[in-house]
Amino acid sequence: MLDPEPAAVEGLITMSVPVVHDVIIIGGGVVGVTLARALSRFDLDVVLLERDAEVGFGVSKANSGIIHSGIHADPATVKGRLEWPGNVGWLRLRDDLGFGLAQVGELLVALAEGELATVEALHAQGRRKGVPGLEPYRQDQVRRAQPNLSREVIAGLWAPTAGVVNPYEAVLLIADNAARNGVQVVTSEPVVGIDPPVVDEPDAPIGVRTPTRSWHGRYVVNAAGLYADEVAAMAGVPTFTIHPRKGEEYLLDKRLSGLVTSIIFPCPTETSKGTLVTPTYDGTIMVGPTAEATDDKDDTTTTPEGAAQVFAAARRLVPGISPRDVIAEFAGVRAVAHTEDFIIGPTDRPGFVNAAGIQSPGLTAAPAIAELLLDVLSDEGLALHDKDDWQPRAEHPVRFAQLSTEEQAELARREPRYAQLVCRCELVTEAEILDAIDRGARTLDGLKFRTRIGMGRCQGGFCTWHCMQLLAERQRVDLPAVTKRGGGSWLICERDDADARPSVELGG
Amino acid sequence: MTISSEPRHLDARYDVLVVGAGPAGMAAAIGAREMGASSVLLVDREPDPGGILLQCIHSGFGLHAFREEITGPEYAERFFEQVLDHEVDVLTDAFVMDVTTDRRVKLMSPSVGVTTVDAGAVVLAMGARERTRGAIHIPGDRPSGVMTAGLAQKMVNLEGYLPGRRAVILGSGDIGLIMARRLTLEGVEVVGVFELLAHPSGLGRNIVQCLEDFDIPLHLSTTVVGIHGRDRLERLTVAPVDDERQPLMDRAWDVDCDTLLLSIGLIPDAELARDLGMRMDPLTGGPMVSSTMETSLPGVFAAGNVVHVNDLADWVSQEARVAGEAAGALSTGRMRPLEDIRLLPGDNVGYVVPHTISSDHNQTVSFRVREPIYGDTQLRLGQVHRRKLKAAVPAEMITLKVGPHLLEGFTGDALRVDAVPFDADRDAKGGER
Amino acid sequence: MAGAQAETAVYLCTGCPLGCRLEVDAVDGDVIEVRGHTCKRGERYGRQEYLDPRRPLSTTVWVRGAQVARLPVRSAEAVPRDRLVEVAEALRGVCVEAPVQRGQVVLSDVAGTGVDIVATRSLQPAG
Repeated sequence: MLDPEPAAVEGLITMSVPVVHDVIIIGGGVVGVTLARALSRFDLDVVLLERDAEVGFGVSKANSGIIHSGIHADPATVKGRLEWPGNVGWLRLRDDLGFGLAQVGELLVALAEGELATVEALHAQGRRKGVPGLEPYRQDQVRRAQPNLSREVIAGLWAPTAGVVNPYEAVLLIADNAARNGVQVVTSEPVVGIDPPVVDEPDAPIGVRTPTRSWHGRYVVNAAGLYADEVAAMAGVPTFTIHPRKGEEYLLDKRLSGLVTSIIFPCPTETSKGTLVTPTYDGTIMVGPTAEATDDKDDTTTTPEGAAQVFAAARRLVPGISPRDVIAEFAGVRAVAHTEDFIIGPTDRPGFVNAAGIQSPGLTAAPAIAELLLDVLSDEGLALHDKDDWQPRAEHPVRFAQLSTEEQAELARREPRYAQLVCRCELVTEAEILDAIDRGARTLDGLKFRTRIGMGRCQGGFCTWHCMQLLAERQRVDLPAVTKRGGGSWLICERDDADARPSVELGG
Repeated sequence: MTISSEPRHLDARYDVLVVGAGPAGMAAAIGAREMGASSVLLVDREPDPGGILLQCIHSGFGLHAFREEITGPEYAERFFEQVLDHEVDVLTDAFVMDVTTDRRVKLMSPSVGVTTVDAGAVVLAMGARERTRGAIHIPGDRPSGVMTAGLAQKMVNLEGYLPGRRAVILGSGDIGLIMARRLTLEGVEVVGVFELLAHPSGLGRNIVQCLEDFDIPLHLSTTVVGIHGRDRLERLTVAPVDDERQPLMDRAWDVDCDTLLLSIGLIPDAELARDLGMRMDPLTGGPMVSSTMETSLPGVFAAGNVVHVNDLADWVSQEARVAGEAAGALSTGRMRPLEDIRLLPGDNVGYVVPHTISSDHNQTVSFRVREPIYGDTQLRLGQVHRRKLKAAVPAEMITLKVGPHLLEGFTGDALRVDAVPFDADRDAKGGER
Repeated sequence: MAGAQAETAVYLCTGCPLGCRLEVDAVDGDVIEVRGHTCKRGERYGRQEYLDPRRPLSTTVWVRGAQVARLPVRSAEAVPRDRLVEVAEALRGVCVEAPVQRGQVVLSDVAGTGVDIVATRSLQPAG
């Protein structure tokens, strides 16, 4: 990922003819980066602007990490249309890029006679959408498949196509691959304004302003997630509003691994798919989410009420779950449009395209959203010519912990930094950390999402300092400049007598 | 004291391999050599041996081991001088990745790469880790500025940075109290220490010399119920708790601060033990051990905070010396003592270590009370021994010397350890008669 | 008020981790009796605490050329309790060069207390 070079910025300001990009994508969430990678197949100049210090730091890192089976959303809606093709698209992405995605399947369960009709209706809907492998389960089949479920479960629907993914790992690898194929990914670059259309020049490029400079694109795709309504308003097309809906999630101790082996769904309600019990890709059990309307797009607080609600609901499904087993918790905010559906398509402003209101099943649908956006852009006049040198595959980062002893020994012989441990809970080495920094990690959270450091039992107690040192050393900044996730999330400060700090001799 | 991390040669086999070079590991290595082990390898993951002692720059160490009160770094250095005198092989910057049941030890280090060595006996001395925010589930935002007291201690004492400008400490464990003083001395404002329990978790002397000396308020029966701040911590909500430790939200108040240090307890860092399939004690979180600190896996010993969290490094070293001596003895072919009596935590006892003892040799039994008794306390070891203490609080580990002199004539196979108010004990006895 | 009035001060002994509760009787500023101690040091502590409370100080100073940035130090003797912060402040900005030997005097007569500051760790030059 490239940070804008100060020199280049100054240069651009003095230039009279600005660079015009073919496409500017606003927002480096899963939709933005998936579109960026899709566009990178073609001979185009694409730039992606992300407000946060790294891509995927918004909704994309704080969600359930579920690739839905394809049965849930009504095919009469846009989200319903894109859910199943999105599921299929994820498998292709995984095969290309090698991030963690496991098709663990989902089991939708009925806890009362009254819910059997819902189960049957979703089964029928899934069949209509072409989702393969669906199978209604009787009570005894449910028990055989998931012996730790509540005795109250009377029937279920098995959908083998559902999967779990590390959403942040996926977003990062997709973004890396897009960047490798020529997309300019610029982080810490929030969009603060969009120039009004030039009178009598409908084909003039759209000017997008960030705090330090202007960007010009023939096409601008609004994938700004929670802020998509504000970005659309900047563009002069305020046709929709985003209504944040918060979801709290709770991760349980690894001790409970195996409690369920598939995603357990209750029967859905009007506003939500309900509280799920999910075996995450990393082997921990996650319970959640809640679905709480909030006024604040940045409200990622967890609450005692949310926890109570999640555990009450989760224990109805799996009685062995307890709040005592929580090792981490987080909340994400869904970007729900007032229409309760995705808003994907051109606007009254030529060249300005929306990919907004991407609520559940947004993560699942993302690859299909990207394909749909290609059609939209093409219809709007963007020429899509295949590139000869497109590299669909990613060079996957080394996961030292997952290698055999022989492979580990061989790596360590080649590069001693592979034998220098940083995180002992997840067995992450210095070489992996440096590689992650070279791939664009700028912050402690970025390192964590890329390498899993600090995600284990000690939650960073032992390795935080080492990681901060490596971030500072590799980026040639002072340690106090290292942040948790960019912005004002500083980690340490200087002493009063810092002017007496002896200079550090590097290389020791 | 820096040990070179240049490429080096390790033997294929060591009589005793010790994992961790803190106060436990160093003592174990010395003990092993003294009991006849001809080759001992002491492995530590940090560049310098000493473990957490190096950042514990305060005094309070050495009263038992050296008969004088010294600081953590001094304790580490003096112990390490003995380690070197005992011709122990030391490998730092090295991490033990795996130990098999037949004691093949897989380790990694820039100086030796990824390699395995065999060991006649292994002593696990990895110490403890700090409990984190996840363990206590505080609702709210997840800003930077929330960290364990130990991490802040490392920043301040080794690296010369401050964790923030205005700090609150949650938990009155010794590390938290000591950090309250450290931060004050280094120019950070410490707003207060908040403790969920009705009594402090740390030693009384630390309440006096770390808080009272600097007028830092200690709020007992009060806890943090909310964390606020999008990027960096800006504010905490704190509330008193009722007898069931439930927060009284109508009496909550806000505290402005940019740093929250967590001093909410230590847990044995016993993953390696768990991975090995040892029998674990759910009360301590560490492996179960015999009177010689041998785990359920023959030839694998454990000692110090990896077994149970001690309040003094001196105890840790003492216990680890026992483990090291036994490991050394075993490696020279000597027999194990017969372990014929199980110890069980009884009335008001949180845990007991070791889990079994032998009736034919002397051993130290350590335990902690669950609830504090501020007054005469009766300790009971089954029916074989009674001892009166002036008081018993969870913050202070209690030790008993147990040997043939007490166990002569005892024919059972288990003994309960109790610690009850002296009066209650007398009443109970009266009732029995 | 009449002189010769005995007063009793209560302290928690910080001499060792045992934490004995000391009662110190004094008349006109002279210590008459110390109770509650379980060792000689405790008695001394009680007397000292009443007359002139002192504490050992441990802190750190900058060190140049070692693998770590801070050298741990302590006061060779206890310093007056009320001057702990002042002494710590006097040590700001102090920087010593590696190598350092444990016990080496880093600063003599800190802040005019008559107390020396000594290193508690030996540090070799890095590299």
